[in-house]
Amino acid sequence: MIIELNNRREELPQVNMTVSEILKFKSFTFPRIIVRLNGRLIKKPAYPDTIVMHGDILNVIHLISGG
Amino acid sequence: MLNLENPILKNGELELYLIIVKFSEIQTILSSKTVGIAGAGGLGSNCAAALVRCGLGRLIIADFDLVEEGNLNRQFYFRDQIGHTKVEALRDNLQRINPELKLTIHNLQLNTHNIPKIFAGVDVLVEAFDQADQKEMLIETALNLWPETPLVVGSGMAGFGNTLALVVKKYDKLYICGDEKEEIGPDNPPLAPRVGIVSHMQADVVLEILIKAYGLRIRLRNK
Repeated sequence: MIIELNNRREELPQVNMTVSEILKFKSFTFPRIIVRLNGRLIKKPAYPDTIVMHGDILNVIHLISGG
Repeated sequence: MLNLENPILKNGELELYLIIVKFSEIQTILSSKTVGIAGAGGLGSNCAAALVRCGLGRLIIADFDLVEEGNLNRQFYFRDQIGHTKVEALRDNLQRINPELKLTIHNLQLNTHNIPKIFAGVDVLVEAFDQADQKEMLIETALNLWPETPLVVGSGMAGFGNTLALVVKKYDKLYICGDEKEEIGPDNPPLAPRVGIVSHMQADVVLEILIKAYGLRIRLRNK
């Protein structure tokens, strides 16, 4: 399926993947991240159960210490 | 003089108007705006100074730290302020730029309980924490509470060099400034130039949001 990931078109190997599966597939393994699906915040405990569908808009933001 | 009540919105005329927007007009727009800044370290103190220099009317800042010698390599404080609370030292410094500034300071550690009260009603909220877990807490809290309020985050700015990696990413009303990569550590300290760049990117995003909200279009990055 095709989704919009961080403002870019992203082709994924299968349809209806979970947020966890996509993070693993993209190697987004950083400990502190923010995930938004279609503008809605997805909290960490919901990653394995949240299904991302074709055409969805996913944002994965890496939070890095320092400031 | 641009009529702020009836902004010109026709395509093609916009950039021309951008170029001739006077500083006094920017000051007029900003003077009625409120910005919240969570954290008064390298990001928050420098972002605040930039916004006040541009004419921001009202600022709400919260931090629980004291000024330390190690902060002076990047934060908007001075040697004679070591030991002062950051929010009081910042108040003193900002008032030297604009004594008319309406400033509310909170000398406390922000958490999910006090954030809703402290930053309610701001036009834009700036995330300016040091630690990633605090950034996460603030972003999650703010996105839940105020999905329509622009939130400007700093993430990734330690070390030196590779300034081209420092960018602004926009996801609806959430803006991420930095490289999302360079983490602070014993061998990768935060330093004035890159922290300064990101804090000023945050201030610039705030200006862009507030001025655009008045109908003035600004040339977008990556256009």
